[in-house]
Amino acid sequence: MSPTALELRVRHRLPGFELDVDLTLPARGVSVLFGHSGSGKTTLLRCVAGLERAASARIAVHGEVWQDEHGGFVPAWQRPLGYVFQEASLFAHLDVRRNLAYGMRRALGRADAGEIEAMAERFGIAALLARRPDKLSGGERQRVAIARALLTRPRLLLMDEPLSALDAARKQEILPYLERLHDALEIPVLYVTHQIEEAARLADHLVLMEQGRVRAVGPLEEALARVDLPLAQDHEAGVVLRARVEAHEPDWHLTRLGFAGGTLHVSQRALEAGAPVRVRVLARDVSVMLEDSAASSIQNRFACTVAGISAATDPAHALVSLEASGTRLFARVTRRAVTQLGLAPGMAVWAQVKAVALLD
Amino acid sequence: MALEAQDWAAVWLTLKLAATVTVLLLCVGTPLAWWLARTRSRLRGVVSALVAMPLVLPPTVLGFYLLVLMGPNGPVGGLTQALGLGLLPFTFQGLVLGSLIYSMPFVVQPIQNAIEAIGARPLEVAATLRARPWDSFWTVVVPLARPGFLTAAVLGFAHTVGEFGVVLMIGGNIPGQTRVVSVQIFDRVEAFEYAHAHWLAGSMVAFSFLVLLILYTVNPDARRRAA
Repeated sequence: MSPTALELRVRHRLPGFELDVDLTLPARGVSVLFGHSGSGKTTLLRCVAGLERAASARIAVHGEVWQDEHGGFVPAWQRPLGYVFQEASLFAHLDVRRNLAYGMRRALGRADAGEIEAMAERFGIAALLARRPDKLSGGERQRVAIARALLTRPRLLLMDEPLSALDAARKQEILPYLERLHDALEIPVLYVTHQIEEAARLADHLVLMEQGRVRAVGPLEEALARVDLPLAQDHEAGVVLRARVEAHEPDWHLTRLGFAGGTLHVSQRALEAGAPVRVRVLARDVSVMLEDSAASSIQNRFACTVAGISAATDPAHALVSLEASGTRLFARVTRRAVTQLGLAPGMAVWAQVKAVALLD
Repeated sequence: MALEAQDWAAVWLTLKLAATVTVLLLCVGTPLAWWLARTRSRLRGVVSALVAMPLVLPPTVLGFYLLVLMGPNGPVGGLTQALGLGLLPFTFQGLVLGSLIYSMPFVVQPIQNAIEAIGARPLEVAATLRARPWDSFWTVVVPLARPGFLTAAVLGFAHTVGEFGVVLMIGGNIPGQTRVVSVQIFDRVEAFEYAHAHWLAGSMVAFSFLVLLILYTVNPDARRRAA
């Protein structure tokens, strides 16, 4: 299997909108299509699924061509994919078990009760098998929809803002399932969202879309650390760092993580020493000091170099790019602070990190 | 005495006509309703208007044109003669054809509304779960649109039972062939046989009330769907 298993070349015109995309994406992992509404990410997903027929496209998955430039078009129902829609899309006339069996029976020619129950167990819906969709919460419905898609054993999973119709609490209820999925799934996932937090938590690769075109594409860490992309201007802007568990400090209920540029302390987690983790550091949680000072309640501090200073959308703010032994991070500070501290590229400073979110 | 043999013959004929027309209309009306619910064609308005015409036209107008079309000099008449079917006016088959057109909107519109209410999404979901279009029609559209189909069948049946003008124009008054209950009532009244007329008319009132009562109890949103 070639490492670039997803070939998406799509040109499609809708009233007042043109999609023009040329992408190759890896065979494994989650590729997040990120962009504002109207950037064409859902349209692209629908073209991949065959729900929309692009005017001109070459769509190939694992070497299997689903649409080509010569008019070849495999209808949606013949494509081995799973699709999770934005809002609950369960069949209202079928109970959960029959919803789960619907796709499996058609894809595999049989509906295996054992397999359905195992999948239901995995998504915490085993107790709901006899219920009708209208007796489920939004989060439960979406978990059923994901389980239903996976039971068809798809070769590609497409998810169109699966959390956007849910409130914050429901989102937190589903995200762990998605993260587990991310680790266990052998197939590529195309995940559409406009929430930077979802992207940071789930993505391996980020495809940034703007007005029907791909603005940037690359590994998540690189894309988030690029100051020239609009991602950096988001209120939730921040970077994702790869770190390792170094040790636990049970007296303080803390876990120490080490990364290329230093160490970070987070609330203690049941993780083995040496385990790889990803942490998210938001620009608004990072402050800059000229020298290290132990006289601070914030203990996540490390030495950095100022790599650059750029304007933020808010005229009072500036975005300072910092580099700590090859690790890039952002600090959002006021322009007044930049001037008063005399910050300039090349300067050695200390970064002070107020909050760190462990992603894995 | 209640009903005499000729009254029963009319009742039986009416039920046969209504049942035949309902079955045929569900077969013809469903694809038509599907097309109307889904198409973006410019013809949609024209076809909708044509389907709805029987709602506003006097039945005699409809019956008159049907008579002309199906007559020996009309195109439909020419066709049926060429096919060796003879002429349709004043036959049961002619009544079926006339009723098909007359009751069409009562079947097409509830189904169309139901399909529109379902929207495209469940079909897209079915497609991503590997259901062929024909498969998803039977396993998704029909179950979800069931109230619409039920309303369509009941209204199509009841409306055919209740027709008079079209029958009189194209069917005449042939016992066992075209003399349905409404015509039989007319005959009884003409002959001053009010007692018989009462029995038949009263049965019709009871029948209609019962049908609509069942429809609205079993299917509370039927009126909205039919509207």
